[in-house]
Amino acid sequence: MNETAVLAVLTIITAATPLVYAAIGELVVERAGVLNLGVEGMMLMGAVCSFAAAHYTGIALLGILAGMLAGLLLALVFAFLVLSLQSSQVATGLALSIFGVGLSALIGQPLIGVAFSGIQPLHIPWLSDLPVVGRLLFQQDILVYGSFLLVAGVYFFLKYTRTGLVLRSIGDSHDAAHALGLKVIRVRYAATLFGGACAGLAGAYLSLVYTPMWSENMSAGRGWIALALVVFAVWQPIRLLFGAYLFGGITILQLHGQALGINVPSQLMSMLPYLTTILVLVLISRDRGRIRRNAPASIGQPFHPTT
Amino acid sequence: MGYLAPVIALLITLLSGLILFALLGVPVGAAFHAYFIAPVSSIYGLAELAVKASPLIMIGVALSIGFRAQVWNIGAEGQLISGAIAGSAMALVLYEVNAWYVLPLMIIAGVSGGMLWAALPAFLRTRFNVNEILTSLMLTYVAVLLVSWLVAGPMRDPDGFNFPESRLFHDAALLPRLIDGTRLHAGILVALGVVVVGWMLLTRTLLGFALRVNGAAPRAGSYAGFSQARLIWVALMLGGGTAGLAGLFEVAGPIGQLVPSVSPGYGFTAIIVAFLGRLHPVGVVFAGLVVALSYLGGESAQIGLNLPLAVTGVFQGMLLFFLLATDVLINYAIVWKSRKANHEIRLR
Repeated sequence: MNETAVLAVLTIITAATPLVYAAIGELVVERAGVLNLGVEGMMLMGAVCSFAAAHYTGIALLGILAGMLAGLLLALVFAFLVLSLQSSQVATGLALSIFGVGLSALIGQPLIGVAFSGIQPLHIPWLSDLPVVGRLLFQQDILVYGSFLLVAGVYFFLKYTRTGLVLRSIGDSHDAAHALGLKVIRVRYAATLFGGACAGLAGAYLSLVYTPMWSENMSAGRGWIALALVVFAVWQPIRLLFGAYLFGGITILQLHGQALGINVPSQLMSMLPYLTTILVLVLISRDRGRIRRNAPASIGQPFHPTT
Repeated sequence: MGYLAPVIALLITLLSGLILFALLGVPVGAAFHAYFIAPVSSIYGLAELAVKASPLIMIGVALSIGFRAQVWNIGAEGQLISGAIAGSAMALVLYEVNAWYVLPLMIIAGVSGGMLWAALPAFLRTRFNVNEILTSLMLTYVAVLLVSWLVAGPMRDPDGFNFPESRLFHDAALLPRLIDGTRLHAGILVALGVVVVGWMLLTRTLLGFALRVNGAAPRAGSYAGFSQARLIWVALMLGGGTAGLAGLFEVAGPIGQLVPSVSPGYGFTAIIVAFLGRLHPVGVVFAGLVVALSYLGGESAQIGLNLPLAVTGVFQGMLLFFLLATDVLINYAIVWKSRKANHEIRLR
């Protein structure tokens, strides 16, 4: 395997990781029956807050935590409106995205043009020094390994734990779950906050690792692509991982298209992820039965325990 | 009560805005003045208000009709840009022509451009069951990239020193000005026309009724024989057409050429306008004026107080949040119960 191929795989991994985080969080939210369209806003707030924290303290880990906290707080606002005040989930999610874009731009004003060294890849003695394999498998930053662990964890949680079963049942029929005495609102709050923290973490990855800097609107629609990925994965964690890496593969074309001899203006190449998202949604959604079998049955519906 | 909620939301947003200014270390009185008084204390300012409000009102009316039918077209920004592109292309093709029919042709092109951009989500939704929220939004990113490519390449002004802008349009391709010395153009009249037509459509026609039924109770709508596919097409075509028209009015009105950033997010802000106007065409007029003021205030505060322009986005987002939160007052009544009353209820 030559140098170019190794670089290509590394590009895929770094491009896919933020999508994995944002999408796996949203997957859990949706499995609990809540549709949060505010991923883009939470991601941007995560990105700006983590960059600010890392820049002012110089500690990358604090940056990551700040990003998660920012996403979590925005998700809390969303959860309060949607779960406690029963506002429309679609409208509230849109509001969250608009608000997040604006607030992150405001907070990030003094951070534009500031440099940050980023998060260094891990170095494991001996293993990291292996040729090819070492660079691909044992020289990533800690968040890349974390994303795989998180997907595995969510898979295990949803499939093999009692709480996971509770969460899925609430997503499929909140009325039946409520009748069984399950805490619908409480579980949905927890799931929404988890999703917010994941989106914040995805944002932190963007501003600390992917491009270690802050620029307005830097997520460039990745939050929305993450939403599409959840549909593409028909709400299955493992499929979601594949989907995210598929999108990572497309960024290669975008970044290294010129080098590969594809002579198309950069703006047109940059359309690829968005056009692919549409294509992928068409391929999955055309099978209505499949969507109906897999989608959480009560997604997006308001729930009030007294009715 | 239903009409009070937006007013309450506005007041809470104002209050939070003042707190935000205090946090940013800006003198609150001066910020308030720069934001809400200065922009509208001159004829020029009032004209600018109308210039900013007309795309918001136009798109807001069409979006509220769609939202009532539960068709979530959130890609109006992309449809606006695509309308601006198509209209500008027409203006550039007819660059040598100086005749009365240039502007009407541009209008047709603009509306078609917007509709074309909305047609894909409509087709994919009705044919392949694809969620229109995601497709219309993805197409917005595509439109932004498309316009930035066009003004840097095929549609760039050949004498423009390589600036990413098209040629300046001729007078025949520009909207007539209503008041000399301001940028107020005929678009505001069209916007008010859209309001009237939107109101008629929604409240006085079978189609409007079908749209409302489909939104409130989709199954009742299908039992009544309303074709859901047709309603989705109608809602998206209305949104795309008006957004395209608004985009054309931007390039043929205040801007006068095709530039990379045609709109400061009118298509997204129109979503807020639609909700703030209670998804009602008349409400949208007031909402459009209020939100347009937030744009003007943002600009005036940027110049006068050196406040970042992003404050506008924060305001608009907060407004929508508070509006959705105050909606709970419409759906539920606040009941104050004394402890004694509670006790009596329990005894019963």
